Amino acid sequence: MSSTSHDRAELTNLTVAQAHTLLDERQISAVELTDAHLSHIATVDNRVRAYIEVTSEGARGQAAVADARIARGEAGPLTGIPLALKDVLCTVDAPTTAASKILRGYRSPYDATSVRRLREAGAIFLGKANTDEFAMGSSTENSGFFPTHNPWDLDRVPGGSSGGPAAAVAAGEAIAGIGSDTGGSIRQPAGFCGVVGLKPTYGRVSRYGLIALASSLDQIGPFTRTVEDAALVLQTLAGQDPNDATTAPETVPDYRAALGGDLRGLRVGVAQEYSVDGMEVGVQTAVDAALAQLAALGAELVSVSLPHTEYALASYYIVLPAEASANLARYDGIRYGNVVEGATLRETYERTRGEGFGPEVKRRIMLGTYALSSGYYDAYYVKAQKVRTLIKRDFDDAFERVDVIASPTSPTVAFRIGARTDDPYQMYLADVFTIPANMAGIPGIAVPCGFAEGMPVSLQLLGKAFDESTLFRVAHAYEQSTDWHRRRPDLAREPADLASEAAD
Amino acid sequence: MSLSLADVEHVAMLARLGLPTEERERLREQLSTILGHIEVLNRLDTENIAPTAQVLPLVNVLRDDEARPSLSQEAALANAPHTRDGFFAVQAILAGTEEESA
Repeated sequence: MSSTSHDRAELTNLTVAQAHTLLDERQISAVELTDAHLSHIATVDNRVRAYIEVTSEGARGQAAVADARIARGEAGPLTGIPLALKDVLCTVDAPTTAASKILRGYRSPYDATSVRRLREAGAIFLGKANTDEFAMGSSTENSGFFPTHNPWDLDRVPGGSSGGPAAAVAAGEAIAGIGSDTGGSIRQPAGFCGVVGLKPTYGRVSRYGLIALASSLDQIGPFTRTVEDAALVLQTLAGQDPNDATTAPETVPDYRAALGGDLRGLRVGVAQEYSVDGMEVGVQTAVDAALAQLAALGAELVSVSLPHTEYALASYYIVLPAEASANLARYDGIRYGNVVEGATLRETYERTRGEGFGPEVKRRIMLGTYALSSGYYDAYYVKAQKVRTLIKRDFDDAFERVDVIASPTSPTVAFRIGARTDDPYQMYLADVFTIPANMAGIPGIAVPCGFAEGMPVSLQLLGKAFDESTLFRVAHAYEQSTDWHRRRPDLAREPADLASEAAD
Repeated sequence: MSLSLADVEHVAMLARLGLPTEERERLREQLSTILGHIEVLNRLDTENIAPTAQVLPLVNVLRDDEARPSLSQEAALANAPHTRDGFFAVQAILAGTEEESA
């Protein structure tokens, strides 16, 4: 079964669809594909640091089982496909840490529903990928363990919070990745790393077994090299789950059937409000060219207004910390997680949480607790929820007139490591274009659309609730008419710079 | 919006977060700055707007009230720092409680 005609560089550069074909035709085996990835991880991950834990043994075991399944002619689209899982997804066979010291060594007694679905599909888990602690951040610098580096420039951040799976897919350390997106945590790192990232509609993918950040905003989705691959992965993840009462009963369509064809008759909204101070010229130029390309493919560009966009960030930074402060109350050192004993139970709680959580997590717990506290609840929390209504209405109104809304995914390309760590609010601004979709619950996809300063630029397309198919159709048409998705970072360069990188 | 150190200490108490002195001062500054940015919301008149807690039109998602398989006691306790007799063990919270708890 093994073949010498496929070398490591080739095997770690495949799309899900290409790998499936090679596996299905027995040109390669799942074991061979998995070993190529593990070997590539061993070579480059001391520089990229995408993984918190590489589960080599488990992956090889899954690969052998996948090969047996392929041999029986029972391979599905994800059978034998090596994946990176953001370490906020509970897995029974590897530690789950949320990149927090408070959970170091934690073993979940159950799989997340998304993990179970991928497992049943025959996918292979290469490891648990890095994230900002409890998914709080936009750069993966808030990881309680170490920062991840952008494969396009190791001195820059990969974005966040799902920087680990984004960097893994960009660096050839996984064919696809699974992340979570609460305010942009899939789309923004996908954009920074030059890969495709999808946040599905709220309620499309079960959150059972996802370590909760903000329960009304969180959604699980894929990182891939192509739009077709994103459709294939969502097909496996999507659907109602009795273990998550917020999953929607809507039928899951055949997403791949949406791909193909031109964009004639399709209306693409462009919002004036998605142009902000601090937007980089290179980003604006690339996104303008992408809009022109959508028009050349037959789409009609329509000006729309989302007047409450400027309030989205502020309302998000009340709603998110409020929900997070409640969700993170469970980490008290009693039922699981690491404990720091005090003289009294109260002191044990305070020491466990004070020493176990990192600075950003504490900041958000404090902000959320304040917003929910007596005397401030109406002024902050209820006010933010009312503004959320206005943001949702903006999209409802706009989608009366257009099929999708296009914007940059982020106002800048990936910034340098350390550049924004001293100013939390500057860090929050990295998500200014992605946050509104979470507030409204609508789906969004990030697709590569060019380069600026040698770094990837990304186009964001937002769609109507449960209309991922139209997002896939538009994103696929754009992608197939450009070459951006074929570019790969060159990790063979700059050996002289590597000593300092490896010292983290 | 400017928070006082007493505000920070009160909120830290509510959140059961033990914070060293220098961290309290840093949080006082950072939270004051963030709350300052959030004041932009006061420009909007939301008098007659209903709040949105979640976006789905789902209501009363129920299932049949029947027993289903669940975690074993052993699995549920496997990650606990302290257990006793098949329970999570915690320190005594009432004065005069004699039992050693943890």
